[in-house]
Amino acid sequence: MQKIINNPADAALESLQGFEFAFRRLLRVSYNPNFVWRRDAPVAGKVSIISGSGSGHEPLNIGYVGPGMLDAACPGAVFTSPTPDQYLAAIRAIYGGAGALFVVKNFGGGVLNTEVALELAREEGYNVASVLIHDDVSIDQSDNRRGMGAAILVEKIAGAAAEAGRPLDEVVTLAQRTSSQARSMAVALSSCTSPYVGHPTFNLPSDQMEVGVGIHGEPGRYRTALVSANQIVDILMEPIVRDLALQADERVLVLVSGLGGTPRQELFIVFRHIYDLLQQRSIIVERQLVGNYITSLDMAGCMVTLLRLDPELTSLWDAPVHTPALHW
Amino acid sequence: MSQDITLAQFRRWLSLFAEQVQEQVDLLTELDAAIGDADHGANMQRGMRKVQERLQDPTATGGDIGSLFRSIAMTLISTVGGAAGPLFGAFFLRAAKDVDGTDAVSLEQLAAMFRSGLEGVQQRGKAQIEEKTMIDALQPAVEALEAAVAEGLDAAAALDRALEAARRGMLHTAELQASKGRASYLGPRSIGHQDPGATSAFYLIQSAAAALGRQAQAEES
Ligand SMILES: Nc1ncnc2c1ncn2[C@@H]1O[C@H](COP(=O)(O)OP(=O)(O)OP(=O)(O)O)[C@@H](O)[C@H]1O
Ligand SMILES: [Mg+2]
Repeated sequence: MQKIINNPADAALESLQGFEFAFRRLLRVSYNPNFVWRRDAPVAGKVSIISGSGSGHEPLNIGYVGPGMLDAACPGAVFTSPTPDQYLAAIRAIYGGAGALFVVKNFGGGVLNTEVALELAREEGYNVASVLIHDDVSIDQSDNRRGMGAAILVEKIAGAAAEAGRPLDEVVTLAQRTSSQARSMAVALSSCTSPYVGHPTFNLPSDQMEVGVGIHGEPGRYRTALVSANQIVDILMEPIVRDLALQADERVLVLVSGLGGTPRQELFIVFRHIYDLLQQRSIIVERQLVGNYITSLDMAGCMVTLLRLDPELTSLWDAPVHTPALHW
Repeated sequence: MSQDITLAQFRRWLSLFAEQVQEQVDLLTELDAAIGDADHGANMQRGMRKVQERLQDPTATGGDIGSLFRSIAMTLISTVGGAAGPLFGAFFLRAAKDVDGTDAVSLEQLAAMFRSGLEGVQQRGKAQIEEKTMIDALQPAVEALEAAVAEGLDAAAALDRALEAARRGMLHTAELQASKGRASYLGPRSIGHQDPGATSAFYLIQSAAAALGRQAQAEES
């Protein structure tokens, strides 16, 4: 395996330690159980926003901790959802007394572990709510859709609302609205190698691609011949635009994220065609993010997420944010 | 009663389960790589190491079956992660509920514990049989155990029936299309692969048969 690691079993932990050193002025990291929290937490009277995910998706989620976004993020083992005791330790550390919102990506393990965490937190007297992220249009049944790029958008918008002093019920409503107005789809041009496994999760010939992948190195919905950037964008955009039922003159936020092994040069080629397509349909690209925001270790490929914007969501998106991965 | 299954046997069960899972880590990883995210082996290994550590320390695991199960449940929930952690945790948490303060149980009570454990997993995961999950190994095993108890079989014979049912259930998952868990994202592509969680649930039953059945037989003769 071609990886810059010391020992496969220590990869997630040593990466977290390096992250702590790199962002020590912005955040704190607690170990055993592991969680990352903003330096000034708990912020009294502010709704707390908490999220978690396996390691290997960086900057998701630890890179989104900071003023204007998450109060805490719990990193699990590579591709494995964090455990309830991590969430519980995090909420004890950052709870500001105004309730807490858990942003939960719809994956079996992620949902089960946060369910246990929410039960334990309620038993301890915390006022907790959750919002489910299920934006992957490659899966037909809406309630079984995986949580993907929409997680970042919900965390940003909920984080901005919390920072502005909005109460928990309003933050929850905004988070749910954002989640319901976002759709994603991803394509892989290679598999990825978990340090625990040592070889790619699946084998993909260089002239093929996997369409409808998640972010855990699993194969996608189907395999087909590798086509040009514009054709890939067509494949990803068609179900997204259809499922959102986007109409002319509507405004959207576009997130194009590399999956870890694709250069930004290619991501802008992708964005170029998305921009063209939307312009042709008179849909306004109001905001965009192009880069590596939600990844799957060293997988080559990209994810496209569209969020239907309204003036309130746009202004919350524009509100200041100070995290390792997003800052304005 | 010589038929009773003792706390020592339960400890032996858990330790055998931990050993078997660790011997099969590579298989579990491979099965999960085919239809999941390749972490099931590492998840279970991490949990089972902690279970073994816990079992070394009798004060940490309590002096009765209920406390032992609760302690193992919490260990699994806080170390395994993924879907398997909360689900195996729910099995032991629920199975513990009727055996607090008890240090030996009858075969009937054991069957009731397994039934409760299965209910715990189903309440947490909401999966039914034939959805290609650990339920496909657990549920047939519990039903076979209950039927064997009703027929009046002894512990060894009853647990052997459970073992065979779990094995059939585990192998049958290869024919199924997943509708729960990570493999469900693959749609029809999940067919032809054995479910990793059903495989570790099979080891749970296999180690139970070895530790809870055999010992009882030895005591009888
Ligand atoms: N709802 C469910 N009910 C019962 N068993 C389930 C359910 N969901 C998943 N499983 C079992 O869990 C096994 C996978 O466990 P694993 O530890 O690999 O978690 P995971 O799905 O990869 O979790 P994560 O999403 O956090 O990565 C599956 O093979 C299946 O048997
Ligand atoms: Mg898995």
